Amino acid sequence: MMKLVGLVPILPLIGFLIIGFFGKKMSKGLVGVIGSGVVFAAFAIAVGLFIDIQEHAQKSYTIDFFNWISAGKLSIPFSFLVDPLSSLFLLIITGIGFLIHVYSTAYMHDDEGFSRFFAYLNLFIFFMLLLVLGSNYLIMFVGWEGVGLCSYLLIGFWFKNTAYNNAAKKAFIMNRIGDLGFLLGIILIFVTFGSISYHEVFEQAKSFSSGSPVLTAIALLLFIGAMGKSAQLPLYTWLPDAMAGPTPVSALIHAATMVTAGIYMIARSNILYTLSPDAMAVVSVIGVCTALFAATIGLAQNDIKKVLAYSTVSQLGYMFLALGVGAYTGAVFHVMTHAFFKALLFLGAGSVIHAMSGEQDIRKMGGLKKYIPITQMTFLIGTLAIAGFPGFSGFFSKDEILANAYEHNKVLWFVGILTAGMTTFYMFRLYFLTFKGTFRGTHEQEHHLHESPKAMTIPLIILAVLSLVGGLVGIPAALGGHHFLEEFLKPVFEDSSFRMVHHLSHETEYILMGIAVAVMAIALYFAYKTYVVDKKLPAAEGEELQPIHNLVYKKYLIDELYEFVITKPLNFIGDAFHKVVDNQIVDGIVNGSGYVVNGVSGIIRKVQTGNIGFYVFVMVISIVLILFTQLF
Amino acid sequence: MSAIQTIPINWYLLLSAVLFSIGILGVLFRRNAIIIFMSIELMLNAVNLLLVAFSTYLSDSKGQVFVFFIMAVAAAEVAVGLAILMSVYRNSKSTDINILSKLKG
Repeated sequence: MMKLVGLVPILPLIGFLIIGFFGKKMSKGLVGVIGSGVVFAAFAIAVGLFIDIQEHAQKSYTIDFFNWISAGKLSIPFSFLVDPLSSLFLLIITGIGFLIHVYSTAYMHDDEGFSRFFAYLNLFIFFMLLLVLGSNYLIMFVGWEGVGLCSYLLIGFWFKNTAYNNAAKKAFIMNRIGDLGFLLGIILIFVTFGSISYHEVFEQAKSFSSGSPVLTAIALLLFIGAMGKSAQLPLYTWLPDAMAGPTPVSALIHAATMVTAGIYMIARSNILYTLSPDAMAVVSVIGVCTALFAATIGLAQNDIKKVLAYSTVSQLGYMFLALGVGAYTGAVFHVMTHAFFKALLFLGAGSVIHAMSGEQDIRKMGGLKKYIPITQMTFLIGTLAIAGFPGFSGFFSKDEILANAYEHNKVLWFVGILTAGMTTFYMFRLYFLTFKGTFRGTHEQEHHLHESPKAMTIPLIILAVLSLVGGLVGIPAALGGHHFLEEFLKPVFEDSSFRMVHHLSHETEYILMGIAVAVMAIALYFAYKTYVVDKKLPAAEGEELQPIHNLVYKKYLIDELYEFVITKPLNFIGDAFHKVVDNQIVDGIVNGSGYVVNGVSGIIRKVQTGNIGFYVFVMVISIVLILFTQLF
Repeated sequence: MSAIQTIPINWYLLLSAVLFSIGILGVLFRRNAIIIFMSIELMLNAVNLLLVAFSTYLSDSKGQVFVFFIMAVAAAEVAVGLAILMSVYRNSKSTDINILSKLKG
């Protein structure tokens, strides 16, 4: 099975090439079959790899392909690493990716860029698989940049709209800022360890003492990369704007690919972080701040996709909180459950938008329950899962993170639980406003309301089942369960294990769970009371808002702040340089040299009289002069 | 003592220099292309004369070999030059070099 690992990324690449080159000539059905088929084939191989890893005693395979770069001391093989962590990510990427592909065949069916869309999707999957499979930081970097490129292409998919293009550029540039940190981190790793392959780096890192400055620097630089890719403060603003792309793209970016790259990278480099407590502290604080910050923004948004986008930022904050307190398994667990329910929620939102003929404002929805029952049921399951309703997948992963945070630092735990309450509130606000009450849209929209086709509802149902049972792989011991995931991932996090075990008694864990459930119940009650019993509606556009509400509604004016603090000064400097350095100095030198040549030649060309007698005369005089100078 | 050597070498030098100067002056001051052409031939022959004279005085036949070469080259040059002159004449009905100033800068 291990020999087939090369096929996992190559299949989507082949799909991309075929659809990219010949997609326009093929029928939409064929494009859909090829696009989804290659991802499904990759998924089948990923399942085989997963079973292989599960069954065999050997937990880590390095598969060499060829010698990629070899110059002086530097030698980088092109090889893949298959171990529990990467095989789990392969399953998430290809599995969820496949469902999103199937969903897209129906969702994008009437779009003129149908084949282009599938080509981009396949390329996206390819780069993400490369990122996860690489056995050194450079291959990861290639995948890292590749997903950045694909996110740009897909967010700006409807390129005729300037606002969408700007969102795409924003995503690309924000990512680039983080990528610089990541690249510097890789360079520092090479300088420090003389190698960038995971195996050698981690082996050498073990001999460093805890808190060594160089490791802290590496960890922080890598984390800057993760901030950009995984949308953490202060580089998160691109993710909500990424809503400009078609909805399946949002599902793909938010659930299966791209934003989980940062989590994967830190989980992969766990030893480097474990050995630098300062970097860990930074990661956890940034994570929890992002979680709280994005959750508060989510409370006041009215666009169905924007709410989900801020919830993603918030949940990613949770994952970083987990990484920061050393709960690597918890982070990966939450990546997995989040992939299930966030893909479900986004695809469900897509189904709602599809039914509403493109309307995204929840103030104009309401009462959709009776029109689109399958979407409603699955969306409810997703909402319960993200809210952490007991028994749903989100409950277990969130609980694990919160328990670890509690042991590490009570403040982190408190902010985490507060965020969980907000998450419940805004998700149920979204759910109630969309599906409960009476329809608030136009008559035309009401007439048009319909359940989505099977290609869209079946992925929803599969994801709903996964969101429901996905948590069962990690039931905490306190509930008499068995944490399969922890056992499975153990070899990857072995070297960091001295920080990971949490020693909470079962009683404490029960209390923590009780508090979490109570907070969730209270938030759920408030949402129910406000939006179902009292039938309150969010303020309409243009209505006066309370100052704080207004601030939150405007997303804390962060975009405006960036505009004012960074973009404007940069533009000003750029303008100044354009006007002075470029226009005056550079152009002056270039044009000046032209003028000088022109002027001098204007004088000299008068010598060319065209009079042959004169030429001959000059020639003779010159010869005589040469003779004289030579002879005397 | 051959016949050439009955005349002192200085006389040859003088004659050759005079011929050469006449050639140069002809090239410089005449406007008719054919006359300029003839002046160039005159200069070539001034050199030929000098070569032959020295060759004899120094009893070295290399100089005479040169002369043959120069004559051959001069013949070729005349053929090409006259052909150019012919076409110039056809175009401008004149062999005055001053009208050939189209390339003036």
